[in-house]
Amino acid sequence: MDILVCARRVPDTAENEIQLNRTGNDIERDDLVYSINEPDNYAVEEALQIVARSGGKVTVATVGTDDDEEILRREMAMGANQGVLLSDEAFSGSDGKGIATVLKGFVQKEKFDLILTGVQAEDAGAQVGGMLAAMLDYPFASLVNSIEVLDGNRLKISREIEGGNREMSEIDLPCVLSIQTGINEPRYVGMRGIRQVASLEIPTYGAPDLGIDPASVGEAGANVKRDDYFVPALGKGAEILQGTNEEIADKLIELMKAKGGLQ
Amino acid sequence: MTARIFVYIVQKGGVPDDSAAELFAAAKKIDPAACPTAIVAGSGAELDVACNVLSAFYAEVWKVANDSLAYPNAELVRQALVKVLPPGGIVLVAHNHFGIDLGPGLSIKLNAAFVSDVVGIDGVEGTDLKVVRQEFGGAVSTHVRCKIVAGAVINLRPGAFKPVEGGATMGSVVDKSSLVGALTAKRRYLTTVVAEAGDVDITKESVLVSIGRGIQEKDNIAIAQELAEAMGAVVSCSRPVVDAKWLPKSRQVGSSGQTVKPKIYLACGISGSFQHLAGLKGSPFIVAINKNPRAPIFQVADVGVVTDMLEFIPELTERVREMRKVSV
Repeated sequence: MDILVCARRVPDTAENEIQLNRTGNDIERDDLVYSINEPDNYAVEEALQIVARSGGKVTVATVGTDDDEEILRREMAMGANQGVLLSDEAFSGSDGKGIATVLKGFVQKEKFDLILTGVQAEDAGAQVGGMLAAMLDYPFASLVNSIEVLDGNRLKISREIEGGNREMSEIDLPCVLSIQTGINEPRYVGMRGIRQVASLEIPTYGAPDLGIDPASVGEAGANVKRDDYFVPALGKGAEILQGTNEEIADKLIELMKAKGGLQ
Repeated sequence: MTARIFVYIVQKGGVPDDSAAELFAAAKKIDPAACPTAIVAGSGAELDVACNVLSAFYAEVWKVANDSLAYPNAELVRQALVKVLPPGGIVLVAHNHFGIDLGPGLSIKLNAAFVSDVVGIDGVEGTDLKVVRQEFGGAVSTHVRCKIVAGAVINLRPGAFKPVEGGATMGSVVDKSSLVGALTAKRRYLTTVVAEAGDVDITKESVLVSIGRGIQEKDNIAIAQELAEAMGAVVSCSRPVVDAKWLPKSRQVGSSGQTVKPKIYLACGISGSFQHLAGLKGSPFIVAINKNPRAPIFQVADVGVVTDMLEFIPELTERVREMRKVSV
């Protein structure tokens, strides 16, 4: 099975405190640590496991700039057969539909049996996979937390619904699935693995290569635009306890006793 | 303001989803004069029951009856909506596991704009709808502008819009079923597997020591376990701990885990995403322990401790033990 995983490089919220920049038109990006969007990494691992069982190859693609190559190499070090960068000045400022349009161009060029995305990105909102599927007229499922290959034409999948319940479905190939975190345990990638793929060539495709009308993507094609970033005025907010750890602990115990949580 | 507003409401067994009142409130924020139309799909008598319930709130309810819509499969619902919706409308959908399936693809098929997971609506300015979203787990918010000339699909975060008065009407039910015709699915619903019960039932506990990403390693869970034992509490967690397979799913608090209603909730190393907070009901006394002073959890907590939980919790455990020794 030939699998495409659509991935993105995002600021790593485990490594950074996200703050506004001085003018409020963006977050402060100096010194940010970037990494692959976490759910996308689960999607790559899932693709590798499917290929290990059923054969085929895994391609990881991202829409971005040269800076984004690092996540492609990371996923190639994990075991992906190929990384592809979809890059063009015309793509800059794309909304979700713009990104989906670029990916559609790539899918129509290469043909895949299965397309995976992460369930959502930290700075976007669970949209590109569902849009891409609709553009291609492929079936789609979001929040997927297990995949079983039934045969060359069908998968059995589960989706994570409320209360930890799982909605089981059968879905025809080719299809697009958005992968929920926790579906597997992504393998570790060491520096050694990344060095081994450091010199591999990463093909780059622009709008003409993908048959994309520049007016349909980027700023020009965007229906949705960010005006600014802000931090909403807090409600009451927490009372922050001050003092040594010991003093704080005693204060907390007092408060919890008063609330009936400690007898 | 000319765009007509539609809300799509999922019903189960004749009971409309809780989002029905929230979506109505959101429609009024787009346009205070709006008379939003509810659309509800399904089959059989339960669909009529749901339509009647909704007509007490919405002036017009569109009923879409089709045997293949008995279970809310987003692929089939999308096909039905594309057939019944006029062009240029604004369609509101709850951003839950169904809305995430439906919204993005529906916007493509309607050739309309799409905004996901909206938490606030500022209104319409010219041909733009102005909305508010959150990014990075709620650490920052953004004002977003969406062109609505060709219509829009807007997914709204559950719980973000407070129900408003003024919905009480004797609405009419309009049957749109004949527009739909045959629907075919490339994704077929099989069954729902109910989550396994865990070793403890965190939904019944009055004190929870809850851990998140800040626990860092599996071996550190013992630290939280010891505090819980000292307090007569139980350990629960947020999603990353379950994703890492350090605790079972039955211990997870949140929209995709358990809904808990403790008296006291100690959030240790938990950033406080809305999915996590959605599982916290009954106004518990929330204590947040986190080394990041900007963690969203501090916005909802009653008291906060800005420190590394791995250093602080053993100290707290020690003091709790001493206190209990004295009081016995």
